[in-house]
Amino acid sequence: MSVIAAPVPSSILDQDWRKVLRWGLICGGALIAMCLVGMPVEMDRRAIIERYLSLGYLTVLFIPVLVGWVASTQVVLEGVEARKQGPFDLVTGFVVGAIGGGFLALLMVALDSWNLRDPLVNWSPKLFRFLTYENGMGFGAVAWIVTGAVLGLVGASFHIVPRTVRRVTSFVVFGLISLSILESLIDDLSEGFRLEWLDEFMFAKKGGLTVTSTIVIGAAIGVLSLVTDGRMKAATERYRNMEGVERQKTSIVLFVVIAVLCGVLPMFLGKIMNELLANVGLFLLLALGLNIVVGLAGLLDLGYVAFFAVGGYTTAVLTSPNSPWFAPELHFGIALIFVVIFATITGLVIGAPVIRMRGDYLAIVTLGFGEIIRLLFMSDWLGPYFGGAQGVTNIPGVDLGFATVKGTDPRSVFYLVLFFCAIAIYVSWRLQASRLGRAWMAIREDEQVAEAMGINTVSAKLMAFVVGAVLASFSGAVLAAKVGSVFPTSFMILVSIIILVVVIVGGMGNIAGVMVGSFVLIGVLGGPKQPGLLQEFQNFKLLIYGLLLVFMMLKRPEGLVPSARRSRELHQEEFLQDAWLQDDKLDSDDEVSVGDGGAEEQ
Amino acid sequence: MTGQDGATALLEFRQVNTHYGAVHILKDVDLAIYPGELVCLLGGNASGKSTTLKTLLGMVTPTSGEVVLDGEVVNDKPTSYRVTNGVTMVPENRRLFKRLSVGENLELGAYLRTDKDGIAEDLERIFDLFPRVKERLSQKAGTLSGGEQQMVAIGRALMSRPRVLLMDEPSMGLAPALVQQNFELIRQIHADGMSIFMVEQNANMALSIADRGWVLQTGRVVLDDTAEALLANPELRASYLGEG
Repeated sequence: MSVIAAPVPSSILDQDWRKVLRWGLICGGALIAMCLVGMPVEMDRRAIIERYLSLGYLTVLFIPVLVGWVASTQVVLEGVEARKQGPFDLVTGFVVGAIGGGFLALLMVALDSWNLRDPLVNWSPKLFRFLTYENGMGFGAVAWIVTGAVLGLVGASFHIVPRTVRRVTSFVVFGLISLSILESLIDDLSEGFRLEWLDEFMFAKKGGLTVTSTIVIGAAIGVLSLVTDGRMKAATERYRNMEGVERQKTSIVLFVVIAVLCGVLPMFLGKIMNELLANVGLFLLLALGLNIVVGLAGLLDLGYVAFFAVGGYTTAVLTSPNSPWFAPELHFGIALIFVVIFATITGLVIGAPVIRMRGDYLAIVTLGFGEIIRLLFMSDWLGPYFGGAQGVTNIPGVDLGFATVKGTDPRSVFYLVLFFCAIAIYVSWRLQASRLGRAWMAIREDEQVAEAMGINTVSAKLMAFVVGAVLASFSGAVLAAKVGSVFPTSFMILVSIIILVVVIVGGMGNIAGVMVGSFVLIGVLGGPKQPGLLQEFQNFKLLIYGLLLVFMMLKRPEGLVPSARRSRELHQEEFLQDAWLQDDKLDSDDEVSVGDGGAEEQ
Repeated sequence: MTGQDGATALLEFRQVNTHYGAVHILKDVDLAIYPGELVCLLGGNASGKSTTLKTLLGMVTPTSGEVVLDGEVVNDKPTSYRVTNGVTMVPENRRLFKRLSVGENLELGAYLRTDKDGIAEDLERIFDLFPRVKERLSQKAGTLSGGEQQMVAIGRALMSRPRVLLMDEPSMGLAPALVQQNFELIRQIHADGMSIFMVEQNANMALSIADRGWVLQTGRVVLDDTAEALLANPELRASYLGEG
């Protein structure tokens, strides 16, 4: 808030109407885009609250709320520098939402009058029925304008209502939505824990929360949010402010809790959930590796899938009896040694020529190398050795003596992945604090100066490439053993890009962030071929990934889980702004202190 | 060259030529920095000042001539060797590792050192010299004010325990009040016995604290004299100080 008191507009209609209109257009555009993308109709099948709310309607309804919320902070009357949030915000939200609803009404009229199905696949009677709620156009048009206006109003009112109300509402809404989204996980868990009654109480037979459970659980979450108010923040704050040994102790406790959860939880989960967790683990392993290359050393590697492929193919050729040219049928453990060797060699071979390039050039060249590796495995030239498009099949599972890890038993795969992830997390954690880790960060920040400090930038960057390559190859090896076959199509460029998105969205250069990123993106939305919890989003996964990436880069470039370093920085910026006014005083202190220092020296 | 009592030069250029591709940058440059001296290299844009520094530090290899460190020809030695043996640069515009903390920046200055006690000692020395740096230790370097950044940049360079400090345009990008303060700082470090080789555009200011100076013009040394003589030199006054 500015120090200078702002003149309050005299009337609530005293608005910057051009801006209101602009936000209304944005709202309408977003609504129409959402409808024509096809998400609402497709997801109408998945219920959030039995009979009353489907995921499809949710994808439309959230837009006016969001736009209303954003718009009321953006529409500022000209000449008024800063102002308190007030009733005029409600007007903004109301109008913006109504305009959005109006656009939907227009869309309905258009849907009814013309047939544009040819270019626009989703221009369908289904969409019309969805929008009109099967109650005719007049009803639909009025309903949407009113709903839009009300939702816009609700969005805008978020700035005005007391903090507690805001907190409780958002907790209840997000809590209920997440519970409903996690339905299959809860199904699975409650079966494992013999708590079927809980599941039956919560969810309707056809999916979605039941009305009763919505009310009960909603109330419970509301109470919970009131009770925990301020405590979570205080706890994380305390954790952040801890120093040295104390912090280490807390970190270890947290880590042990997570480790035990990871170890025990899968026992209570069914096949599908374990499969999902194994996929999350595979991508986490990849993301941890890429995090070292991109997050720590700052080398934008877009061909990271190459190392994944090398790991997969090395395992396939060395362990499968069906390998077309050379089939030693080694044990997975022994094959792993060769996986490391080949990944290192590939890392060096790809790294050596490109490592001297900077930024964008490096990205483009690695992008090319990623594709080259895939095309080589696919080619007729190497077909006799790697099976070309037919790939290598019949890869045996991992025989551990007491158990065999194979794809039909996803729980065992998950434990194997967990083992590798643990190694990767340990390695990343140790490297971050090491001399090499510091050299990487210096290179990321300013390569020339790092060189001037005496850091051998070429070898440090190659090391980053190789460490990343080895971690990715582990993931590839496990994938081969899990799926039982490898094909060139398993190693599309999309894999590289999705891993990069995981790292960016989670929080670059931050292990916890990468973990959260993999769970949220791979677990909830799904990987390039692997379904996530929200299977309905399958067709829109890439769209959502893209939108999420753009949003994160604009609004939260530090990722979902900012590292302690990042949050410290943000904290300090606030502090510096406060200190700004005292700057003159600080500067004079400055001179004095330097002078004193000099005097002591002499 | 003005030798001082026959002492060996700490750092020396003997007829150095460098090329970037086909472009001839430094032309038969002779320089010598003797222990305890504060010398400056003056020159306009594109006269080869930065290349001189890069060549001294081993980031650019001369096409002919010799770079001599303490009597040893180091043409083929990497930057790390020269840093270990006492040559360190404070880069132009300070160029701290902005997203790393002040402490990490200082640590990176001592990247090639392994003597933990010595590093801790030097850290204390820097805190004595710049008490402000100690206060800001866990803060991101990018959030510091210009003056503080300059202190950290010098501190970072001192952390390698250099015998000669190369400074690339120390006054560039600083507010006028800070420029004065900065030169005072350099003078102080020099008074503590550090040899300093400074590249500057601000000729007047640089010469006022330097012992000797060279003027570089399109890659050739055109003037080489004591600081007082250079300050009095009408040619130099016309071409540099008049503008300044």
